[in-house]
Formats: sequence, C-alpha cells, structure tokens
Amino acid sequence: MKSAARPGSYRGRKAPYLFLVPATVLFVLFFTLPIGYAVWLSFRKVEVSGLGLGSGARKEIWAGLENYSGALSDSELLNGALRVLGYGCIVVPVMLGLALLFALMLDSEQVRLAPFTRLAIFLPYAVPGVVAALLWGFLYLPDVSPFSFVLDKLGLPQPDLLDGGPLYLALSNIAVWGGTGFNMIVIYTALRAIPAEVYEAAKLDGATPLQIALRIKIPMVAPSLVLTFFFSIIATLQVFNEPTTLKPLTNSVASTWSPLMKVYQDAFGKGDIHAAAAQATLIALATLVLSFGFLRAANRRNKQEAAR
Amino acid sequence: MPYTKRRRLVSSAVAVTLGATALAACGSESGDDGDARSGPVSLTYWTWAPGMDKVVDLWNKGPGKKEQITVTVKKQASGDTLVTKILTAHKAGKAPDLVQAEYQALPTLVSNDALADIGDGVGDAKSKFAEGVWQQTTLGTDAVYAVPQDIGPMMFYYREDLFEKYGLTVPTTWDEFAETARKLKKVAPDTDLTTFSANDSGLFAGLAQQAGAQWWTTSGDRWKVGINDGATKKVAEFWGGLVEEGAIDNQPMYTPAWNKALNTGKQIAWVSAVWAPGTLTTAAPDTKGKWAMAPLPQWNAGESRTGSWGGSSTAVTTDSGNKDAAATFAAWLNTDGDALNALAKEGGIYPASTSAQLSGAFTSPPEYFPNQPDFYQKAAEIAETTAPSAWGPNVNVAYTTFKDAFGAAAKNTSDFTAALDTMQEDTVADLKKQGFGVAE
Repeated sequence: MKSAARPGSYRGRKAPYLFLVPATVLFVLFFTLPIGYAVWLSFRKVEVSGLGLGSGARKEIWAGLENYSGALSDSELLNGALRVLGYGCIVVPVMLGLALLFALMLDSEQVRLAPFTRLAIFLPYAVPGVVAALLWGFLYLPDVSPFSFVLDKLGLPQPDLLDGGPLYLALSNIAVWGGTGFNMIVIYTALRAIPAEVYEAAKLDGATPLQIALRIKIPMVAPSLVLTFFFSIIATLQVFNEPTTLKPLTNSVASTWSPLMKVYQDAFGKGDIHAAAAQATLIALATLVLSFGFLRAANRRNKQEAAR
Repeated sequence: MPYTKRRRLVSSAVAVTLGATALAACGSESGDDGDARSGPVSLTYWTWAPGMDKVVDLWNKGPGKKEQITVTVKKQASGDTLVTKILTAHKAGKAPDLVQAEYQALPTLVSNDALADIGDGVGDAKSKFAEGVWQQTTLGTDAVYAVPQDIGPMMFYYREDLFEKYGLTVPTTWDEFAETARKLKKVAPDTDLTTFSANDSGLFAGLAQQAGAQWWTTSGDRWKVGINDGATKKVAEFWGGLVEEGAIDNQPMYTPAWNKALNTGKQIAWVSAVWAPGTLTTAAPDTKGKWAMAPLPQWNAGESRTGSWGGSSTAVTTDSGNKDAAATFAAWLNTDGDALNALAKEGGIYPASTSAQLSGAFTSPPEYFPNQPDFYQKAAEIAETTAPSAWGPNVNVAYTTFKDAFGAAAKNTSDFTAALDTMQEDTVADLKKQGFGVAE
C-alpha cells in the first residue's frame, strides 16, 4: 500500500516546483545575477601602481565600503538628490493635480468630444522622452523659440527658461506634458468603474456635481491616486532623459544634474564602474525606502478609514 | 498586489544598476584568430570614421588580398564612448584587432594594457608624420602604440564680408582678438565676435596647448598634473575676462541657437580647427563663400604656434591574435597615398601624414571656401606649427570636470581661474584615488 501511494504523492509534491522552474531560472538569470553582480562590483575597486603604463600596473581589489562612503560623502550626489527633490516637488503635485482634474472633467456628464479630448491629452505620453525633451528644448532656446519671437515682437521681456529657477519649471513642464495623460487614464478608468447607483443616490440626496466630485469620486478613486503617486515618485527619482537631452543646449545643466546622471557620468565618462555601482545601489535603496514608505503610510490610512 | 508592485520597482532599480554591467555583453567576436601567421587572416576594426568601409574595401581587394589579410569594419560611436567600450571588451579579452582612438585617449588605453606595442610592425611609418604628431603615439616611451590618422590643427575662421563691413581687421595676436571683440560690440552691440563654449573640452585643451601648457608630464614613476599652470591660467583668464566684460557670448556651441547665430551673422568668427568647413556647411549653409580662414591669433606678436583640436589614430589591441598583420594594415591605411585619398574623399578627414596634406583631395579648397583657393596650403603650413601636447591617463576626468566647472563659470560670468583650479584638483584627486603615483 505504502509503496503504491508514494509515486503519486511524490509526483504531486514535485509538480509545483516543476512549474516554478522557468520563472525561477529567468528570475535568477536576469534579475538576481545582474543585481548581485552590480552589488559585488560596488565592493571592489581598481588600484593602479606607479605611472600605470604597461601590463600588470592595474589590478582589481576588494574595497569594502569605500565606494559607499565615497558616494555618501560626495557633495555632488547629494546636490543632485536635492535638485531632483525640488524638481519632484513641482512635477508630482502639478501632474497628478492636472490628471485628476482632466479625469473628473472627462467623466462629467456635460463633456463633449470626450474620446477625442481623452486621446489628445494622452498622446504626449506616446512621444518618447528624448524626443519630447528635444522638442521643448527648441521651444525654450531664446534664439530659436517662436515664443521668444512673439514676445519680442510684442515688446515683452523674454525669460531665459534654461537658467536658474526657471530651469526647474522648464524640466518639470516636459515631465508634466508627457506624464499627465497616462495618469489621467489610470484615474479615469477608476472613475468609470464607480457604479451608477452611487451617483443616483447622491443626486437624490441633492448633491451638486461639485459635491459629487469632491465627496464621492475623489474618495472612491483614492487607490488609483495612491498608485499614480507611487509611480510618479519612482519616475522622478529616476529622471535622466530630459536633463541629459537639454544639457548640450545650456550651461546650466551639469553632467551630474540628477543622481542617475552622476551614475552614468562616473561609469561611462570617468570609467569608474565600481563607484557607479555603489551609487546605483544607494539610489535603488533610496527609491525603495521612499516609495514603499509612502505605500505603507497610504495603506495605514486606508485601514484606519476602513475601521472607522 | 504588493508583490507585483515590488517586482516592478526592483525591475526599474535593476535597469539602473544594469547600465553599468550590460556593456560587458556588447563585446566583439574577434581576436580568436590563431597566434602565428599561417594562411588567411581576418581582422576586426572598430572605427567611427564615415565611409571607412569603402576605404577598407580598397585594402581587401588590393594589398590585403595579396597578403591574405581581410579587414572587417564595425561602425562605432565616436570618442569617449568607444574608449569605454574598448576597455569593457578588453576586460573580457575580446577587444577587436584594430581600434580608432583619439590621441588624448591613448594613455588611458595603454594604462589599461589594451594597446599593443606595434613598433616593429609599422616599418618606416614614423618618417611620414610631423614629430609632434608621432610623439603622441609613443607617449614618450620607446614603444609605438598607434599610427596617426587625422589631425586637427587649430585656426581662426571669420566672416570676411562682415569684418569689412564693421571695419575690423583679422587679429594676429590674442590682444588684438580682444580689441576686435570690443570694437565689434561698439559698432554692432547685438553681434558677438564669438562665444566661449564650455561643452567641448578639446577646444580649451587646444588653446592651452598653443599657449605652451603641459597638462600631464611624468617624473620618474609619478605623474605631474599641470592643468592650472601659468600657460593655461593665462588662457583661462583671457577668455574669462572677455566673458565677464560681455565682449563675447557665453552660450555653448553646437546648439540650434549657435547654428542660427553663425548663419545670420550674429556671431562672426569661430576659433576652430581644420575640420571647420564640414561643421560650417551644416551649421551655416547660407553663408557659404563668405568665411575665410587665418592662422590662430598668437600670444606674442611674430610667433606662429597652434594647438590641436581633435584628431585620432589607429591602434592594435593586446587581444589581437594577429598583431603584425593588424600593424601592417594600420600602417597602410595611414600612409598609403590611395588609402589617404579615399579617407579624405569618403570620410572627410584631414590626414596626419604630411605628404598627403597637399595631394589628391587637398589640391583644391573645401567646397565651402571657394573664395580661398590656397586653403589647404595654408592649413598644411599651420599644421607644421602645432605645439607638442601632453596627455595623461585620466583625460576623461579632466574633460568632464571642465564641462561642468567652466559651464557654470561661463553662465555666472565668474572667475575662470577658480574653475581651472577645480579641474586641477579633481584630476589630481582622481589619479590619487586610483593609486597612480602623483608628484605634487
């Protein structure tokens, strides 16, 4: 009896693992190994002796936490993080605010040409970030910008958008232009999923469209707002395309403007992949802490509200 | 839900870290040809020169066929990007047989043991080049790490018609250059003589070279960095002063705005190199025939020295299994008359080989300069006056720091010498960090 039962139960226990194999192999090959390699690199460094010419003058050695302490004490990395923080403080609220506003407007009953408008707002998202940055870059450059031309003809002052404070607005504008559509669609889809009875009940109780929007729609799409906020934080921390594309057009964007640009610069400009790997690991950790910290805070609030 | 979110997050994080490692995958598939020459040999060549495949065809059908050496061109991105790629491929032992490398990148490549000494393989190639050019490929040692291909002697380009219109004379010294800039500001306040651009470090390095700077020198087994030496300080103060008083513009070159300024006569001169006609053709197409070339202004009247901006060489890597064959090809490519003619025609390069500078494609002026029939005679004369250059193993770090430090200084019209000190400090700190011997 025992021996007859065993093959079946054995196969039964093995089956789930067999099904897991493809995913596990892929996960390890393209996920764990590259990350592991990057982390490994971050603990090593190259040491040169003497003039460093000829063979054997250069060897890779264990660096311990040296790359990490170097990254943490690097003022340029910290400044980059602060710049990105300032940039994020503009981008995230403006983009999500506009996305919510557009979604609510599209969802209202009076709207006309809704499909066209929806597509028109969404379309910039389909434009690659580099192309968008180039396009706006041309519009910002005072000497070739049609806006500057018009302002000049009207005798108005022409602001230099690629300098100082306005640079943040200029960069944020590109991100908002490109990202609002996507976030709007996410929120709009959530709005469409709200059952019609809820609105009916609200109307019967005498709620105005504004009250419906504020008291019913926004609370009910809160999970979508949390999600879009989460995505936006990640996208902001990883900003790279826009400043990199604008960099050749102006003296104001340094090659280490954002933390990721600094990583790129160290890896491919200075050829120090070990320092770059350490910085990349730190940025990944910071992204993890920030975005999941936000998610946990949001979830806690949701639970409290549910308990109420 | 949390699980999928986490995966997405980590995958975006890995995209960051991957950047540093992914390059290893882009190696080449060459370097596996046996050791000694027996039978046909095939070589791989990484280059960014346009039309190089056609030049290599000449070899494969002609001398290469006789010697049974076939070369395959793999088109690459230019400059620093290729250096990084070569180093990564070399780490994996898979660098191609031949690579194109800018002169200032040679020490970096040699210090990574990526370039082979081809002194024995290139024969009498040395005699075809000016001494200052050849010296860059030996790094001051007895070895030969590359064969010079093209050079970029610097010159002064100006709008002949507008100089006349504004009553300006072509400056022969930098003092006159500054006076010309000021005079132009008085005559035509909306116009600039030129701009100080911080987005191409090669320009500044060339100007410093003209002034006699030696940025990297060796003493014993130590490097000495002289980026903020007297000569370079003089150059930095000169340009910083002009930017500060508003005599010239401070915006970067190679932007749409810069193209427009050149094309409409808002900027009427450009300190550039022998390859400028190509750039002007695309940047300022409407002003063809209105520009003229003159020697670079000098620091002391009566001198004639210039710096170089750009230029590259052909090198053989240590990973190559057929270094002699590769060296033979490198020597042919850069000294053979037919090859150099084809390089000039297909790639638009200005040859380092002195005999080629006045033959073939260089007997008539560039199409953009029909008004200056002796363009290339003058260019060859100027090329002869190129000051020696001194490159070190971390030019890339100095160049990067230049862009950021001088970019900020130009923007704020602040002290250029402070930016120069930053450049010096960062370069020395990087050398020390890597463990190089550094002499203070």
